[in-house]
Amino acid sequence: MITLFTTLIVIGYLSPFAYMTVTSLKDKTQIVEGSILPQSPRTFVYEDEALPIYNVPVDGEMKQWALFKKGRESSQFIDPENPAAGPIEWQGRWRQLETAMEMDIRWGNFETAWTEIEFPRLLFNTLFIAVVGLIGTLLSSICVAYAFARFPIPAKNMLFLILVGTIVLPRQVTLVPTYAFFSQINWTGTWLPLIVPHFFANAYNVFLLRQFFRQLPRELDEAAMIDGAGPFRILISVIIPQSYPAIVAVALFHFVFAWNDYFEPLIYLLGKRDLLPISVGIQEFNFVYDQQPHLIQATAIMGLALPVILFFFSQRVFMRGIVVTGVDK
Amino acid sequence: MAATDKPQALYAAAQPAKAKKMSLERSQQRWGWVFLSPWIIGFIAFTLIPMTASFIFTFTNLKLADPGATEFIGLDNYRKLFNDPDLKTSLWVTLRFAVVALPLSIVIPLSMATLLNAKNLWAKRLFRTLFYMPYMVPLISVIYIFNGFLNANTGWLNMFLDSAFGIKGPDWLFDPFWIYPALFIIGIWGTGNAMLTMLASMQTVPTELYEAARVDGADSLLIFRKITLPLISPVIFYNLVLSLIGLFRYFEIPYVIKRGTGDPGNATLFYNIHFFRTAFRFQDMGYGATLAWLIFLIAMIATVLVFASAKYWVFYAGDRD
Repeated sequence: MITLFTTLIVIGYLSPFAYMTVTSLKDKTQIVEGSILPQSPRTFVYEDEALPIYNVPVDGEMKQWALFKKGRESSQFIDPENPAAGPIEWQGRWRQLETAMEMDIRWGNFETAWTEIEFPRLLFNTLFIAVVGLIGTLLSSICVAYAFARFPIPAKNMLFLILVGTIVLPRQVTLVPTYAFFSQINWTGTWLPLIVPHFFANAYNVFLLRQFFRQLPRELDEAAMIDGAGPFRILISVIIPQSYPAIVAVALFHFVFAWNDYFEPLIYLLGKRDLLPISVGIQEFNFVYDQQPHLIQATAIMGLALPVILFFFSQRVFMRGIVVTGVDK
Repeated sequence: MAATDKPQALYAAAQPAKAKKMSLERSQQRWGWVFLSPWIIGFIAFTLIPMTASFIFTFTNLKLADPGATEFIGLDNYRKLFNDPDLKTSLWVTLRFAVVALPLSIVIPLSMATLLNAKNLWAKRLFRTLFYMPYMVPLISVIYIFNGFLNANTGWLNMFLDSAFGIKGPDWLFDPFWIYPALFIIGIWGTGNAMLTMLASMQTVPTELYEAARVDGADSLLIFRKITLPLISPVIFYNLVLSLIGLFRYFEIPYVIKRGTGDPGNATLFYNIHFFRTAFRFQDMGYGATLAWLIFLIAMIATVLVFASAKYWVFYAGDRD
């Protein structure tokens, strides 16, 4: 039925996560060998030598024995459970036998990756940039959306059209002079170019908030006005308390955006290791360790942990926010 | 005195009220400007001035390392546009990618949303969350996960193809042809948002319409084409515009996977990779600005075309004809 079909699709859709998790727990040889799970060949130490263990068919049963002496038509094995019995002769070609595997999970990969990329530093950087930018965008976007929603500004519609136009504007056009400007005032190599522009309102957020504010009935505004409240007071005491879903949605959007942002930190931070956020940090690390897929997958997990956990905790709020503000066109 | 005094008295009495009303309006306007000011300042500082400056740059040979040595070179940068082989390559690469990517970016979330909207589906909320969740994964992680997943030898896609179908999968990441499907696959996780908005819109379609159509004998396909699609066309339009915008900004995925080299053999030399190399690696800001204005022009034309086409296929249920 359709549920079965959908389940299959979901399994395929999410399978790269399984790849990521399993690979991050392997080590290099396991990956090259191509086994699905983190497994390594079992070995048995006998007379100071690590002997490989094979699945040997004996009298209709499968036993796991260590190969002691290789021969062409017959070989000698040691039974790990009974080494005192000495070498056992077995008829058959050892090359046709399957290697016995055991689970060998390399939890250490995470520790290695964690220390190598200095994850706590990356995490702090990312959080700082995201949170400060978040404060800035909330402060400014709420004010600007309030202006568009509640005040009789001349040419308001044209200004709003220009605002929406900036959403569509490709960033390349403004990028070069903006970069040149920040470079001239020595803000490159700092976090300032990544944070300060958000204090001047983000077109997308203003758009969402303005749509939301416009839906709010004016009666409450007017009641407050009659009680002598000024526009600022009205914003804080009337508009904002009614708008928590939209505000939370904007906050989450910005946080996710900042967490994801790769291009701007790439060009503005000039590769200074102490300042890099997670996105650039992971990329730099994987540039160096590109022959170590297990470490790369471990860093991928580190990068996605926080947003995904955040998502699961807030998914109801988040998805409702998108539906509320996204469907209402 | 009585006959002429009355109108004057009335006029005098009305004055304070009118003055109060006008000053309220004006004070409201003033407050409006106050609250609008962050955006106005930001717009001038981060959009208007840079756009003008960027336009001026296109007529110079500005190199950031030595801004003092900048000279005006007239239309040389524009002439360069016609002689730049990388430009032609990058335009072609971006175009042939777009021709498939854009429809896919609508069809895939639409299909998933339709699937999730099906009547007999169990655990819809769970599936919805599962389909949306990968959208939250940061792009960097997505890129590296798929970089491994699509690996020709150790990646699970090829291992699966081999064990389930006996097909030897292509070298997804190094073959100049197969790199494009690989890029599409990487992009699939990004359709979660579109899927959600489309699903939400589908759920607002009144079921009476479906019932009436079935009574009239319509089959599922007809219902989908004639009822569902038109009624959710605003959301489809919204997502189409977003996809278009994303297309003109397409950069991170090819850049991180191939480290900005454009391999294999220029197959990933997207427009923005060429732009980035010109402006930030070769530091040629003058020509870089020219490239920026070119893509701006193309993007504006494309956006206008899409908006103009909306008249023909986007149906707003709230409008009156």
